[in-house]
Amino acid sequence: MEKGSNLNIMVAGFGGQGILFAGKIVAYAGMIDGREISWLPSYGPEMRGGTANCSVCLSDDPIGSPLVTDPDVLIAMNLPSYEKFVDHVAPGGIIIVDSTMVAGFTERKDIQYHKVPATALSEEHELQGLANVILIGRLLGATGFSTREVCELAIDKSVSAKHTDLTAPNKRALALGEMWEGD
Amino acid sequence: MSKTMAATATAVAVVEKEQQSPRVKKEKSPILFSRPQALSDKVTNYCPGCTHGIIQRLVAETIDELGIVGSTVGVCPVGCSVTAYEFYSCDMAQAAHGRAPAVATGLKRAHPENTIFTYQGDGDLASIGMAETIHAATRGEKITLIFINNAIYGMTGGQMAPTSLPGQVTQTSPYGRDVATAGYPIRVCELLSTLDGVALAQRVTVNNPKNVRAAKRAIKKAFTYQVEGLGFTIVEVLATCPTNWGMSAPQSFTWLEENMIPYYPLGVYKDIKAEQAVDKAAQARDDA
Amino acid sequence: MGEKVLMKGNEALAEAAIRAGCRHFFGYPITPQTELAAYMSRRMPKVGGTYLQAESEIAAINMVYGCSAGGKRAMTSSSSPGVSLKGEGISYMIGADLPGLIINIQRGGPGLGGIQPSQADYWMATRATGHGDGHVIVFAPSTVQEMADSVALAFELGDRYRTPVMVLADGLLGQMMEPVELPEPLSLEDLPARPWAIDGHRGQRKSNNVNSLYLVAQELEDAIQARFDRYEQIKATEQRFEGFMTEDADVVLVAYGAASRIARSAVGKARKLGIKVGLIRPITLWPFPVDAIEAAVDQAKAFLVTEFSMGQMVDDVRLVVNGRRPVSFFAHTGGIVQTPDEVVEALKRVAAGETINLVPRHGKLTGDL
Repeated sequence: MEKGSNLNIMVAGFGGQGILFAGKIVAYAGMIDGREISWLPSYGPEMRGGTANCSVCLSDDPIGSPLVTDPDVLIAMNLPSYEKFVDHVAPGGIIIVDSTMVAGFTERKDIQYHKVPATALSEEHELQGLANVILIGRLLGATGFSTREVCELAIDKSVSAKHTDLTAPNKRALALGEMWEGD
Repeated sequence: MSKTMAATATAVAVVEKEQQSPRVKKEKSPILFSRPQALSDKVTNYCPGCTHGIIQRLVAETIDELGIVGSTVGVCPVGCSVTAYEFYSCDMAQAAHGRAPAVATGLKRAHPENTIFTYQGDGDLASIGMAETIHAATRGEKITLIFINNAIYGMTGGQMAPTSLPGQVTQTSPYGRDVATAGYPIRVCELLSTLDGVALAQRVTVNNPKNVRAAKRAIKKAFTYQVEGLGFTIVEVLATCPTNWGMSAPQSFTWLEENMIPYYPLGVYKDIKAEQAVDKAAQARDDA
Repeated sequence: MGEKVLMKGNEALAEAAIRAGCRHFFGYPITPQTELAAYMSRRMPKVGGTYLQAESEIAAINMVYGCSAGGKRAMTSSSSPGVSLKGEGISYMIGADLPGLIINIQRGGPGLGGIQPSQADYWMATRATGHGDGHVIVFAPSTVQEMADSVALAFELGDRYRTPVMVLADGLLGQMMEPVELPEPLSLEDLPARPWAIDGHRGQRKSNNVNSLYLVAQELEDAIQARFDRYEQIKATEQRFEGFMTEDADVVLVAYGAASRIARSAVGKARKLGIKVGLIRPITLWPFPVDAIEAAVDQAKAFLVTEFSMGQMVDDVRLVVNGRRPVSFFAHTGGIVQTPDEVVEALKRVAAGETINLVPRHGKLTGDL
């Protein structure tokens, strides 16, 4: 995948895992980079615990459908989400999974996998609740869709004014994911 | 813009500079009785024996006496008083059936400095518009509802109203209102008096000069409370409808006295100032 | 113009309204427009405005009626089932020549339907917002930027023509975030005067009435005809659309709102396959951009309309084309959103000379209507 190429990303998991927030960081980064972007959440009656997903498009041209149906990148934070979207990922695409949460799944041969034990890593590094941002860090490392600096600015914008104390941990989580080389 | 787009002024309303009521003007031959300034010179279309005319006049006298004709906006309902916008010389709106309190809310929020009143019948206020009534009341919306309760739908020809009495014969309760199937009448003032947003809820009638004067005092109190920003005010006026009750004008007054007043007792159901006074007196006694 | 910010469509609608001088919002909670009301409840108190959560959709639109009659820019927002309830109030606003903004973030219907994106309220918006002879101007934005822009325009046209205006979007546009450059805030002093308002005559003018009642039939006919004269003026000057690659198009796609974004993606994909296809995207649904469709009739061999409904706007396209070219239809409904690839498949068939009227059953591209 070339740096700066158009990218359709699907982030999926349980409600409460920070799916929409993760997508927001990517969207903000794209905006700061001056690209066309769209961010579209799934919405439904479940407030917590249900499935949640988020479509993010990064493009150099005006974006048509904001609904990602054949993602270039799938970030799956639970098994049902992985199973729901795995067959739709574009051939040659990337799948990033939180391997703490997603295990025992069938892999496609034409996909580049990044299995990041994000939930375990977040607990290990006292970054509870930031598995989502670790995975965005991995997205950055894997695709170079933006830069660390821009993603840090995106975190500044994504974190609500009430929780500015959380920007530093978010940035640590981002770096952790970006540099993570296990697998 | 076409001509109909231009302001549709009441054809008859000639608004003079705001002045004191003509009744207190010093003239060579003193005028004892004249049209309040807040009324237009349009002749009303109400039936003989109907009390709409008296009640509308009391509202107009109140507007005159408070000197607020230029800052008052009225909202008329769907019902016999649907064209009341022709009878007042202040700005007026006509509202959808039951929605007058919502329209009044919009008008009040647009201009909190203005005095807003609605003029509504029982079907309008207590049936199709009950939600608007109750919620405007509980919001403490600073508007005044003049509620004409004549226990029947007048304009549509005499159907059963939410306030029709048990056993009352109407076009749609031909065997008399059967409470087993049609339910009971609603006592609006009693109902609204439980709500914290209500500053005044009072029931009056206009069957004799004494009661007319009491009704006037209640209406004036309601408007005054609104001007003072105390909250939602409603004055329920028990009214006659000889045409749809199927009786003569004198008979209708007797019927009102013998049937309506016993079911809908006159009186003050909520008066925030009176309650405060009582509280104060009690406090003073306790202090002493 | 300021810098770009990332906002949900629903929030952009709200902020744009405030910037257009709207200080009165009356609403009732319903998915998927919730963020709009929530935004207003946060922002209105900070700009000295009114956020009022009404007891019902019906009350909310009647509060707009009263507030607008009082001379202020006022609005309400809802989603399909709620807009049905507002129909009465919208009819009264039309009858009383009152401006006011109604936002419909459409979801699937009829009945409670669903909460996913839909365009099944096209007929309601363009044909029958309420009882009686009358219309409202309807904007159908397709991006968050256009949502913000259409609100500013809606208030402007509402004042100019003394008519309610609807912004018709859907759950997809309402929920999505895109960068948006918000319009500069208007000063409240610069808003157009409303000499017809019932804001208290202060003894300075004749009294005004805001009224939709005409008991004399001739007076009602006169009033309606005067209003329809204005509608002719609106039709002549306010049709808005966007054309995309239509110059050499054999097949012209027609789609609005979120469906037009999918159509645009399909145009790109189909062009790569060598199919000469273009897109006409109505921005106003009423007035419908008749002239744009008319102008395409000579060049196009066929039209293909795609919506999120069983086929509503397609009627307006057929009325203009009037049998001179085949008009095909392809859509999903009930909250299902077609993919660009599905539209490309439909385009291939239309380009090959077929006339289709197709709503896929369970995702299968068979099952003509």
